[in-house]
Amino acid sequence: MGRLGYSILYVFLAIVAVIQVFPLVWLFMFSLKDNSEIFGLSPFALPTDPKWENYVKAWQGDIGLYFFNSIWITVLAIILTVILASMATFAITRMQWKLSGFVLILFMVGLMIPVQSALIPLFSMFLGVNLIDNPLSIVITYTTYNLPITMMILLGFYYTLPREIEEAAVIDGCSINRLFFQIILPMTTPVMSTTVIINMIYNWNEFIFVNTFINSNKFKTLTVGIQNFIGQYQTDWGPIGATLIISIVPVLILFFFFSNKVVEGISSSAVKG
Amino acid sequence: MKKVMSNKLMIALYILPALLLIGVLIYVPLVLTGYYGLMKWDGIGDMTFIGLENYMEAIKDEDFWSSASHSFLLAVFSTLSLAIYLIISLILASKIKGSDILRKIYLIPMLLSSVAIAQLWIKVYNPINGMLNSLLMTLGVDNPPAWLAEPDIVLYAIFIPILWQYAGFYILIYYAALKNIPETLIEAARIDGATAWQIAYKIKLPLIMGVVKVTIVLAIVGSLKYFDLIFVMTGGGPNGASEVMASYMYKLAFASYDFGYGSAIGFLLLVITLIVTVIIQKLTESKDELQY
Repeated sequence: MGRLGYSILYVFLAIVAVIQVFPLVWLFMFSLKDNSEIFGLSPFALPTDPKWENYVKAWQGDIGLYFFNSIWITVLAIILTVILASMATFAITRMQWKLSGFVLILFMVGLMIPVQSALIPLFSMFLGVNLIDNPLSIVITYTTYNLPITMMILLGFYYTLPREIEEAAVIDGCSINRLFFQIILPMTTPVMSTTVIINMIYNWNEFIFVNTFINSNKFKTLTVGIQNFIGQYQTDWGPIGATLIISIVPVLILFFFFSNKVVEGISSSAVKG
Repeated sequence: MKKVMSNKLMIALYILPALLLIGVLIYVPLVLTGYYGLMKWDGIGDMTFIGLENYMEAIKDEDFWSSASHSFLLAVFSTLSLAIYLIISLILASKIKGSDILRKIYLIPMLLSSVAIAQLWIKVYNPINGMLNSLLMTLGVDNPPAWLAEPDIVLYAIFIPILWQYAGFYILIYYAALKNIPETLIEAARIDGATAWQIAYKIKLPLIMGVVKVTIVLAIVGSLKYFDLIFVMTGGGPNGASEVMASYMYKLAFASYDFGYGSAIGFLLLVITLIVTVIIQKLTESKDELQY
């Protein structure tokens, strides 16, 4: 292919990149404008005098509280998911029992089902045990619904671990618990970190469970919290933009530093389908 | 060795916590949703068994069928858009400098919450000050539409951010599959005088067909159960014009407190998704899977 051909391809790829990113750049620009600038001047104009006070205004709502809730719920659910998924994957791939294949299918089918179909019964079950409007319901739902995807990412790694590891450990009189927690689990650190990052993105962005199970403002996470906040500020674009930027910056920072892990996690969560 | 690794108690200890969670919080609710569908129930008070009445009602319910048709339309658009993603990936994987950074840039929208994407695109589509209409007016379009308020347009207007959100995901998967093709195969074809187009169409495409099939299933199933972005952007409106199956179910249960009928719709959503999954997998199953 000639130089001209390649140039055309580059222009095409660059246009796609602009389409993917420009709405976010535009969001950042209007987060630094006031209404007279937003409504009076071209939406593509750079902010003349950046209004950082929009961010102060956004933070004065309960964004700080929602931010804190998102962090602790996300972290707690990740810890539970990764430990339970690692234990289950270990039992399925490394231990010998008849039903392991069937149990694996049970987990993998969990990837296909529409979450919404389970929503009404989940709501009534949580209502029955008094967990509606309790963040515990969110933590255990996140943990459960992320188990299949987490196990899917872990599986490949566990299958490739050499059998000799267990043999040597068992001959040395090592118990299953020591074998798992002190030998196997540390070996899976690379793939575990991938699952941590994928879980982080999922939990941070989750909306429908919190929207359904949580009523009190004090337990809301960022997604639901900003949705309500924006409802009150319909016409004041600057603080809305600032709020949205605040909510997406953590994920963008994560992506900036761990983009390879994110790419790895997203591809391995889909390849086997 | 064998004895230790097949210790029943230890196996139970390792598998049961996770298994109990998915059993109680995924499988039990899926069965219950079918069961609640047989009830008249407001979610709080007593249930009354009414047999298949809710399901019969659903079959006659025009709002349900219109929401289902919107879900299927999204599935069609998502599947067709895969062709564009495939073309982009083919270009990206053909010795382009900076392909690594480009595919990461494409992935960015996929990392954002549906709430953030929805709120951003509400602003993009704002009739007067939105990015889109400002651009159109600069280009000389006099009366650009109020995208999210027009019943004939709203559904397509919502499809755009959904496709925008997932583009990077599919490009990533195709790119990875294309990079897995041994370089020697491509070289051999090139030496035999094959053009870039022939290499793409006759060699690369057949070799990644397995992955393409997986993405077709993902796109269709994902579309049928799609919910978040539509719920936040329009809530299914105006007047049901952008309602999909999942948002219709949600509205019935959590806005109209018709938990019985909502559950029936939720169960139909499950059944439809499963049937369609099986059908596509049968359709795309080929006897002579290519190997390399």
